[in-house]
Amino acid sequence: MATTEKLVGQAVLRKEDPEFLTGSARYTDDLSVPGMLWMGVVRSPYAHARIKSVDVSEATSMDGVVAAFSGADFDWAGPLLMAWPVTEGLHNPLHYPLVTDKARYQGDGVGVVVATSRAIAEDAVEVVKVDYEPLPAVVNMHEALSDDSAFVHDEFGTNESYTWANVQGDVDTVFADAPVVVKEHYKVHRLIANAMEPRSILVQPNPASEQYTMWSSTQIPHILRTAMAIATGIPESKLRIVAPRVGGGFGSKLQVYPEEALALELARRLRAPIKWTESRSEGYLATHHGRDQVQDVEIAAQDDGKILGYRVKIHANMGAYLMVIAPGTPVLGGFLFCGCYEGLAYKTEIVGVFTNTTPVDAYRGAGRPEATQAIERAIDALARRVGKDVVEIRRMNFMPPFTQATQSIGGLMIDSGDYPATLDRALELFDYEQFRKEQQARRDSGDSKQLGVGFSTYLENCGWGPSRVIGGILKYAGGGWEAATVRCHPTGKVVAVIGNTPHGQGNETTFAQVVADDLGVPLEDVEVLFGDTDVAPSGWDTYGSRSAAVGMPALHRATSRIVEKARKIAAHELEVADSDLKYENGTFSVRGAPSVTRTIPQIAFSAWRGHDLPEGVEPGLEESAFFDPENLVFPFGAHICTVEVDTETGEVDVTKYVAVDDVGPVVNPMIVEGQVVGGVAQGIGEALFEEAVYDENGQLLSSSMTNYAVPSATEIPSFVTGNHVTPSTTNDMGIKGVGETGTIASPPAVLNAVVDALSHLGVTEIPRPATPENVWRTIQRAGKGGSA
Amino acid sequence: MIPAPFDYVRAGSVDEAISLLGSNEDAKLLAGGHSLVPAMKLRIARPSTLVDIGRLADLSYVREDGDRIAIGALTRHHDVANAEALQQGCPIVAHAAAQIGDPQVRHMGTIGGSVAHGDPAGDLPTVLLALDAEFVAQGAGGTRTIAAGEFFTSLFETALASDEVLTEIRVPKATAGWSFMKFQRRAQDWAIVGVSAVRSNGGVRVGLTNMGLTPLRASGVEEAVGGGADPATAAERADEGTAPPDDAFGSAEYRRELAKVLVRRALEEAMA
Repeated sequence: MATTEKLVGQAVLRKEDPEFLTGSARYTDDLSVPGMLWMGVVRSPYAHARIKSVDVSEATSMDGVVAAFSGADFDWAGPLLMAWPVTEGLHNPLHYPLVTDKARYQGDGVGVVVATSRAIAEDAVEVVKVDYEPLPAVVNMHEALSDDSAFVHDEFGTNESYTWANVQGDVDTVFADAPVVVKEHYKVHRLIANAMEPRSILVQPNPASEQYTMWSSTQIPHILRTAMAIATGIPESKLRIVAPRVGGGFGSKLQVYPEEALALELARRLRAPIKWTESRSEGYLATHHGRDQVQDVEIAAQDDGKILGYRVKIHANMGAYLMVIAPGTPVLGGFLFCGCYEGLAYKTEIVGVFTNTTPVDAYRGAGRPEATQAIERAIDALARRVGKDVVEIRRMNFMPPFTQATQSIGGLMIDSGDYPATLDRALELFDYEQFRKEQQARRDSGDSKQLGVGFSTYLENCGWGPSRVIGGILKYAGGGWEAATVRCHPTGKVVAVIGNTPHGQGNETTFAQVVADDLGVPLEDVEVLFGDTDVAPSGWDTYGSRSAAVGMPALHRATSRIVEKARKIAAHELEVADSDLKYENGTFSVRGAPSVTRTIPQIAFSAWRGHDLPEGVEPGLEESAFFDPENLVFPFGAHICTVEVDTETGEVDVTKYVAVDDVGPVVNPMIVEGQVVGGVAQGIGEALFEEAVYDENGQLLSSSMTNYAVPSATEIPSFVTGNHVTPSTTNDMGIKGVGETGTIASPPAVLNAVVDALSHLGVTEIPRPATPENVWRTIQRAGKGGSA
Repeated sequence: MIPAPFDYVRAGSVDEAISLLGSNEDAKLLAGGHSLVPAMKLRIARPSTLVDIGRLADLSYVREDGDRIAIGALTRHHDVANAEALQQGCPIVAHAAAQIGDPQVRHMGTIGGSVAHGDPAGDLPTVLLALDAEFVAQGAGGTRTIAAGEFFTSLFETALASDEVLTEIRVPKATAGWSFMKFQRRAQDWAIVGVSAVRSNGGVRVGLTNMGLTPLRASGVEEAVGGGADPATAAERADEGTAPPDDAFGSAEYRRELAKVLVRRALEEAMA
């Protein structure tokens, strides 16, 4: 039965939720196969140490231990994939799953054991004897670049991996002539993603056919298949990678991990299934971290605050190795240090630095939160300098509204934008004037609890991405297109196979909404399949807010091809010309005779039987399409946060949060709101709670969820959300991305609010995260006459 | 993630538990397991044998006993928080128990386990110290009563002998003013600093959480209040005799300052 009401745009409940809510979803760790063995990884307790010897003999003599190996026992076909050499001369150390010469971070793998149970594997790991010669650990970037630093990779003779630059206009002249130059120094601290499901791997070999199936809790089964072929030499044609239900990634599972290559290689070597699941504290060491930049930010402006130029130098911590897209992660923000503001010149220089710490790579927002924190904090500093209100300074510097692609001073060709509109909408949802009155009243009364408000009018680039652009100017080794196949079964049910690999984003619902509308079938008749390289052989997976922006247009293209073919069959059956048919809501009707119809399910049945098809039309109703966008997409918006700060204890309470986002047309408002709320909650965690901390020896102090403070629901406020729609010109559907806007926009809104609450004390900057102690110390210093 | 190998025995009675503790070196009692099991999973704790007393139902009770209230050592935090005898007769205990961890922890963790663990960051030990509670311990040689002030001897160490079982906690009825302040970053966290204040006989007793190797009494504050000082003045002495930890949750300097602020607020609330 054809439906008439469009589903796209409606808050339909998620098709996938019954499985999750009833606990029947199966994650990798839920899987087991007969004869399965458990892998355990021997990890360096030192951040930097030469490995003099590895003795596995005691481990191999234990009951239940099948095998144990050191790094020297492996001869890899290739290194772990690093896909983003951002500059020609970039230093990229060859990175293998186990080290043989020296350990370069606490947690670096030096050996591996295989046992009949997980418990035995953990016992065996303890008795592998490694003789380490501890070396001086290089922990922070300043130290890493000093003349007397030890080297993480001796072969380079430096800890600098690369310097990348984006220069637009004559920056030095603009700065030399500018009446006002604001200089700021920021530290964007290191984070741990904390996906709810830890990483887990199961590899099932078929020794006779030399075929392998790997289940992994990954965001990127397609990229992983290629990377595993490179590392192990097992051909891609004999590798099947499955991402079953995956409990979140936030970028931490956009990775090619040593354990994946090890499990595959061990399954081949031992001709047995191999299983590994990380513990949370193991993951804190061995799953990549995020952020970690030191930023020197300069803004040149006129006396009235009109911005003339941006000059930014970034030091980006890579950790011990370059992981799959690590060098490019800060570069994703390298065009955004001007936010959505105008200017005459722009320069961003990014220096990637090796340290003896867990490798750093993409974490929700990847480079764009760092850039947004820089510009949205710095524009507040400019406002303070020229004596303007923080709303006014933004308004006077916004790029004017545009509906066709327009070049930014940062060098981006932006699809569409209306920055004043989202700020206006946010201010409709928040009484700014009233808030300022309340704030003044608190100040006047000398209350120990002070109020502050912070703004973030952000712009980001996502929808990764146009293959020619990312492979050209950005030097990324992979592509950015998407693929989809739509298969109409004879009974009218539809299967949509997509190249994205959702792990919480709700694509089973949103993509089905599109198919249901395009083909006029009920939502429950559409199944969306993904995440298995045998089922969905083509695709570039899920990250960079790309599913709706790149995957959905591919799907829409495939359904359009279904309709084209069905039109031919319908015209043939109804004995009219193709052009005499009108197509609406899944039904072809003859113009002038609206009761003479064929539906897509009817055509699917005809095409399946093939009894009477028009000349030259093949049987079956199944179409595939690829979509490679011409450009990225550019969501934007305005976020407003208010806080109450206890000036005696330093405690910050987020009291109100308003988020207005323009992500283009919305397919499912409930899912979009969920993305925004979840992202903002994560951003509040970044601004106020979470930090990965190392001591001077490179030991991770925030080593568990006890002392790495992911906030709980209790610490997160209620949200007011609003939206605004400026269709993207990058794809036919006008869609922009929403997966990362929350973590990009929110940290500076929160930080600006905290600083604002204390501005009457002379406070201009807060160490991040703004923990109670950091806030308290800032107040103490301000009280003694020196601001932070 | 998985503890080192250990033996497990379920005790059918307190006497059996005592005898098992006496006959197994490095044996540990398992009650709610919410402190011990995480430490075992990280392989920081490696007991040879776990003696599980979690099912000794006769150690789970709250009852009035003259001018005191007796709480069985195996009473879960949830049951302590909801015991009417405590809500009426010694509300600070019920209130503090309701602030421990999260609902899952409160349904498993026991008051006896919390006390016997001797963690200076725990909520209840400080409350019980401020209340001058008594702890009943049973061993091979019989039963003895230990005053709260004598019980906590050092970091994770108590006056309990290795073959003694804590069976009961006795608190005085305390319905005059009280205050329980717990400063933490997240609802389920341990206190960075905590303060328990209980009014009695015109004075006040103040306990400090996480300000030293054991739960501490803020005797300087108590003395100042006894001498007629106002809360702000008395609170200035909050860190006297303390040795707060300097760790990832807070520096010693910050904890000293927090203690003063929280003690002042607690005194204002308790004396109001």
